[in-house]
Amino acid sequence: MLDKSTTPILKVQNLKMYFPIYKGIMRRHVGNVMAVDDISFEINPGETLGLVGESGCGKSSAGRAILRLYDITGGSIQLEGIEISTMKGDALRRLRPEMQMIFQDPQASLNPRMTVGAIIAEPLNEHKNLTKAETQARVNELMDAVGLSRDFTKRFPHEFSGGQRQRIGIARALALNPKFIVCDEPIAALDVSIQAQVVNLLEELQERLGLTYLFISHDLSMVRHIADRVAVMYLGKIVELAGRDQLYDSPQHPYTQALLSAVPEPDPSVESTRQRILLEGDVPSPANPPKGCNFSTRCPRVMDICKIDVPEFKQLTDGRYVACHLME
Amino acid sequence: MPDGAVPILDVTDLKTVFKTRGGEVHAVNSVSFDLAPGELLGVVGESGSGKSVTMMSLIGLLPSPPAEIRAGSVMFEGRDILKMTANELRNIRGSRIGFVFQDPMTSLNPVFSVGFQIMEPLRKHMGLSKKQAKARAVELLELVGIPDPEPRLADYPHQFSGGMRQRVMIAIALACDPKVLIADEPTTALDVTIQAQILELVRELRHKLGMAIIWITHDLGVIAGIADRVMVMYGGQIVEQAPVRELFSNPLHPYTRALLETLPSVTGQRTEKLMTIEGQPPSLSAQPTSCPFKARCSKAMDICGTQNPSIFRLSGSHDVACFWDATTGKARDAG
Repeated sequence: MLDKSTTPILKVQNLKMYFPIYKGIMRRHVGNVMAVDDISFEINPGETLGLVGESGCGKSSAGRAILRLYDITGGSIQLEGIEISTMKGDALRRLRPEMQMIFQDPQASLNPRMTVGAIIAEPLNEHKNLTKAETQARVNELMDAVGLSRDFTKRFPHEFSGGQRQRIGIARALALNPKFIVCDEPIAALDVSIQAQVVNLLEELQERLGLTYLFISHDLSMVRHIADRVAVMYLGKIVELAGRDQLYDSPQHPYTQALLSAVPEPDPSVESTRQRILLEGDVPSPANPPKGCNFSTRCPRVMDICKIDVPEFKQLTDGRYVACHLME
Repeated sequence: MPDGAVPILDVTDLKTVFKTRGGEVHAVNSVSFDLAPGELLGVVGESGSGKSVTMMSLIGLLPSPPAEIRAGSVMFEGRDILKMTANELRNIRGSRIGFVFQDPMTSLNPVFSVGFQIMEPLRKHMGLSKKQAKARAVELLELVGIPDPEPRLADYPHQFSGGMRQRVMIAIALACDPKVLIADEPTTALDVTIQAQILELVRELRHKLGMAIIWITHDLGVIAGIADRVMVMYGGQIVEQAPVRELFSNPLHPYTRALLETLPSVTGQRTEKLMTIEGQPPSLSAQPTSCPFKARCSKAMDICGTQNPSIFRLSGSHDVACFWDATTGKARDAG
């Protein structure tokens, strides 16, 4: 999967997504929330890239910007070699079936007044010219694929449990045979026993349909399970990007190290002997990030240069990317 | 509980029912447990397992109607809390028993300053003067690790970050030196690095202040790192309880075992496929006459469908409510 000869399905270069802040009665533009600030990565076909970070780090904004749900501030996004960052209107609309999204909260992302059948059929009606019977057949096929009974097509979302609702959201995302799916915290709202069911379903579908995922999550242990490579974000920037085992076995960036050490392990004997790196304080505001390295205000290994220069996001000898002055 | 110690809180046969238009919901069914002084009891379970409702009912925090406590007793300092008047309850809540809730934004009042909210219990319950209360409030904020606390007393909740707000909540809960602290998912809304800070704070404080803590969570990782003893709830009942190391190394109930197997880990072996617990949690619309986990249980036997297993006490202090015997792999001898 990490074969160099494969062309990436998605190539993101120097992506920037700023949200303007307006103030006063004249709504003057006084600054920007730099939700995503200069990130670059690639995803290969059939691969799952995990995008992890804490709340407010910009991981969801990145996912939405890549799908062009926003007009991006700068940078380039190529889906299968086609530049989509500046695409507009009809051209963009024709590309939508290729890239879909699974949302965090299945309660909020499903229209309560539509039946499950209508929800799953909606993308088909929008983008395809199918007869009623063909649509129905496709809906049934999708219901089977995600493990829901066909008898449920006439029911409404509230009649389902959280895990089942997430299956409906997945069926809708699959309706148009997308190549690339952004999963934005798809399991965060579910109970642990249900999380495993949904993750297994996502993996099974990936294998069967050759899907490529950008899996956004704050759950580091689940990302370790599902992702092939993992990118760690902090305050709008990717601080480390590496193969899964590389990242979990030997994290290089001090933030990745602290983040991994903070995840509680369900094993008391491990917990009692574990070395924790406790970070002081809170994440700074993305509207006013610190000078130099974004992590310099909390970094346990901060140096003078970190407060002056922004560290470059560059490749180390072992193939991983790290943005940290310690790597110089 | 360690043998010989007198429990500070003793809950027996608690039953809580919600009356709704769609009929009754049996949220808590015959729950019994005790809490030793200074102990940290972890309560785990999924949403709807009854863990929060149990703790809310034992301190009379559930609105009635729709909630109704059908049976049971909660002995605290020699008296039954469930029989107390509203006034007596008010005197206990916030002074002898403190709480920390999940979401620090909704449980702090946005229109009062943080200082006011910390001083409120101090003045009401302990009768301190304004000046004394203020001094104590500064002390408390310092205790929970808020830097430069004095000027921050005048700040409002929205001026604090999530982790800082939860620290404020803990400070309020600790204000009157409670004997018992009930923490309901106190770190669930927080990021992992902030959660690590709060867990560290609680580890430090419980020894400093010597209070007993009930820690409700769905995160077995948090429990593993902080609890002395763990109680696992499912479908409104306690299915297993044991000292923390015993529970994780030797889980006996099929639900606990399955739950531990479904969890991926960041340090241990990586599994190719996650184990799942098929099916859905039970509806609690009727008084259970069979084991609530039966439909999802891989070990289910005939007896599980006709009887609700009572608690079996095994070696030491390991309790399990299951007819299946994990050590022999067969049905338990009726006892």
